[in-house]
Amino acid sequence: MSGSTDRPPVRVVLAKLGLDGHDRGLKVVARMLRDGGMEVVYLGLRQTTDTIIDAVEQEDADVVGISMLNAGHLTLGPRMVEALADAGLDVPVVIGGIVPDEDLPAMANAGVAGVLGPGATAEEVVACVRAAADARG
Amino acid sequence: MAATRGGERWATARLLSLVERGGPLADEVAERTWALLHGDATVDAISGRRANRAHVVGVTGPPGAGKSTLVAVWTTRLVERGHRPAVLAVDPSSPLTGGAILGDRVRMAEATAAGVFIRSMATRGHAGGLALAVPGMVRVLELAGFDPVVVETVGVGQVEVDVASAADTVLVVVTPGMGDAVQANKAGLLEVADLFAVNKSDRPDAAGVRRDLELMLDLSDLTGHGRRRHDTRTDGWSRPAVVSTVATTGAGVDELADATDAHLAGLAAVGTLVARREDRWRAEVRSHVDHLLLETSRGVVSGLSVGTGAPAAVARELAAGLVGGAEGDR
Amino acid sequence: MDSLSSPASRFRTLSGIPVDAVYGDGPAPGEFPYTRGVHAEMYRTRPWTMRMFAGFGTATDTNARFGELLAAGGTGLSTAFDMPTLMGRDSDHDWALGEVGRAGVAVDTVEDMADLFAGIDLGAVSTSMTINGPAPILLAMYVVVAEEGGVDRERLAGTLQNDILKEYQAQKEYLFPPRPSVRLVTDVIGFTTAEMPRWNPVSISGYHIREAGSTAVQELAFTLANGFAYVEAAVAAGLHVDDFAPRLSFFFNSHSDLFEEVGKFRAARRIWARWMRDRYGATDERSLKLRFHTQTAGVSLTAQQPEVNIARVALQALAGVLGGTQSLHTDSFDEALALPSEDAARIALRTQQVIAHETGVTNVVDPLGGSAYVEWMTDEMERQATEVFDHLEQLGDGSLLEGVYAGIDDGWFVGEIADASYRHEREVNAGERIVVGVNEFTEGDDPSARRLLRIGQETEELQRKRLATVRQGRDAAAVASTLARVAVDAAESTTNLMPALLEAVRARATVGEVVDALEGVFGTYVERAVV
Repeated sequence: MSGSTDRPPVRVVLAKLGLDGHDRGLKVVARMLRDGGMEVVYLGLRQTTDTIIDAVEQEDADVVGISMLNAGHLTLGPRMVEALADAGLDVPVVIGGIVPDEDLPAMANAGVAGVLGPGATAEEVVACVRAAADARG
Repeated sequence: MAATRGGERWATARLLSLVERGGPLADEVAERTWALLHGDATVDAISGRRANRAHVVGVTGPPGAGKSTLVAVWTTRLVERGHRPAVLAVDPSSPLTGGAILGDRVRMAEATAAGVFIRSMATRGHAGGLALAVPGMVRVLELAGFDPVVVETVGVGQVEVDVASAADTVLVVVTPGMGDAVQANKAGLLEVADLFAVNKSDRPDAAGVRRDLELMLDLSDLTGHGRRRHDTRTDGWSRPAVVSTVATTGAGVDELADATDAHLAGLAAVGTLVARREDRWRAEVRSHVDHLLLETSRGVVSGLSVGTGAPAAVARELAAGLVGGAEGDR
Repeated sequence: MDSLSSPASRFRTLSGIPVDAVYGDGPAPGEFPYTRGVHAEMYRTRPWTMRMFAGFGTATDTNARFGELLAAGGTGLSTAFDMPTLMGRDSDHDWALGEVGRAGVAVDTVEDMADLFAGIDLGAVSTSMTINGPAPILLAMYVVVAEEGGVDRERLAGTLQNDILKEYQAQKEYLFPPRPSVRLVTDVIGFTTAEMPRWNPVSISGYHIREAGSTAVQELAFTLANGFAYVEAAVAAGLHVDDFAPRLSFFFNSHSDLFEEVGKFRAARRIWARWMRDRYGATDERSLKLRFHTQTAGVSLTAQQPEVNIARVALQALAGVLGGTQSLHTDSFDEALALPSEDAARIALRTQQVIAHETGVTNVVDPLGGSAYVEWMTDEMERQATEVFDHLEQLGDGSLLEGVYAGIDDGWFVGEIADASYRHEREVNAGERIVVGVNEFTEGDDPSARRLLRIGQETEELQRKRLATVRQGRDAAAVASTLARVAVDAAESTTNLMPALLEAVRARATVGEVVDALEGVFGTYVERAVV
């Protein structure tokens, strides 16, 4: 075939949970990841764990990135991790949003692979997603 | 591979990734897929419409024509009619970074919910790779029991148009405004189309784009370009059908589904399907040959010491050897 | 000492120097094209309205807050709705899980609207409702609550945001495709023009466009283009421009580049006045005067060192006042982290009071007018906005309305905004643009001090019970027949939908049921993914 033995680009499914229409952050992150050489399967606004799982499965994604506006991280983050596990998909979850430091251990315990807060730089975003992909192997 | 045949979606997805990636493992997957689909792989085996051969439909057209939305509505309708469609949606990679944003699923949420299998794919820079990977990925989807298999590309580059054209039925989507029919003509889409959808046909100037299209098809009839459609009612040949659709409301989508089916039936009835699939097989072989030769020649040329003769003469000499070498490898 | 002895002016500086109402030549404030302001005296006769947004939990919770505001001498109520209501879904819809009463008040039926305004004389207050997709339904509920309480609709005063175009461009809270949605907007304009003379049917909003990451020019140009689009749609629906245009108002963002913002506000007034007179043939002076509400830029608030946001908000609020705003909302410093706390909301209001009463900027109308830089910036804003209008006009074959539709359809607005937003992000990332506390001067941040927002589920359960009770107690056949009429009227594009909506909500149809009936005719909308 193409004969290339380089590692293929990391594939990331990117989605927003919740009803609100704020997708500025999600779009910026999508571009950061693209500019970091990754393939972003963009699902956009108002996704559910079900639609995300469909996408992760069919797209053979390496990482799931979900963004949420307020205070959903403690419920929605672990719920996403669980739903993926229930579907038999071993794919790390990275969360973007406002997560207070004191919640970070709880998030890690729940199996969330990474958390990106407001003001994360492009390098941090790409590094966090790449680390999550690498940890999966 | 057994899991893929058993309809496990994750397994299908993994195989698609392997084939997409290229390299020795991809070759192995491609060869085994072929064997599973065709039994003893002979040229004849691809001819007939066997139970596990899918109707391969290429969909292309200018950017913004509403291809994804139309494909979503159309494949959802096919699910309602009892089919199991899969879609391979190809978008360009960034030439600078190799990354890509693949946004087709946003417009295809309804189809996903209906059970359509959707796979987004980036062109990954090297254009040759796309031509090599897509036919193999189509076969993986066939093996998984999907039918039809839809390959959707943006009809701007020659490679994208070629990839979508390697199909049983080629659907070109255009839209009123911004001179789409003319654009499609320039991009060489008119020559490859078996079927046209004038999408967004509720826009005021829809009649205009239809008229432009008919006019250009008249011209290509005169000059002998363009594909002919077999008309089962008259048992004669006519030019590509034009269907008016409004993807956002679903108008015309039943007609589109009928027209695609009719096209396949027409091909099968006159035996053109066999010829088309043979052409596709040859084209795929040629892509592989081109690729192998290119890879080999790169290796050989980079090792040459400069100044040993006129470039053209050196090349002729090398080429004779390379062809032998490539045959030897296989 | 000379200056102190002049008794002619009531307006003096902190040191006692008397000042005139206006300085400089050219068209004065209150004169066409109103670059310098829509009133001759501006804040000298009446300060801007300090309008703060309220809404949370159940209707009863918010009603209590309204009571306090009115007792404290307020006359204007501003309502925020929760996400399910904004998206036209009932509190028991799947989507509503975890969102009921969270970012605003939950309203499912006219009974909730009645609870929201219980004990308040709707003939004596003015009510602003921040809602777009389901705006006509919520307006119908407000009218029914008033009439069931004995207040006629012509006495009702208030503002409905009802600006659907910017939803497709920025905020993404749309329900139906653009064309039927604009028809709903013009139905509201037609209805209020005929029957609710004290009501502002649309608040044309650039705020959300800016929050989505646009530049100041994009905010200005897209918002005014939307305004022109509504004018064209209403005229096409058979209304006369001077009958409805005086009731159109605007809502802008005030960001951190002070002079750019002031130029933007001044240019907005001038462009609107000229276009309304010259292109749309308005002759009533009130049709030409652009009145606007301002809110400081939520997007500029940082999670790092959040107290620094107090300074940002103060400067942005100052820009709004120097730009001649009619009303102002100042953001709370903790909003980048969570919903505002009470303390933070008070500081935000105090910030406005400092500007109004301590800085002296209100003594003179358009105090920056005549500054070479500010006048140039105003011209430049107008010039760049005109380029956008030209582009849209070309897209729409001479029609701004069609151009806006085409720009939405082809993802042009969304793409332009995403490009601007990413450009800004990269500049901050590369250190070309300093954001204090984020990429410079970062010492002193204390992440552990960031307040947590924990929201209970009680509101959700209460609201669902409330909804179930209303569903049980109503006449199901009446609901079904009124919803059928909504669908029939929706299918007839020249019929004003408001009478059918009034009938449906009076029969206790829910927001979600009415939206479903409309969706059956109009369909839904999925945007092209322009990332």
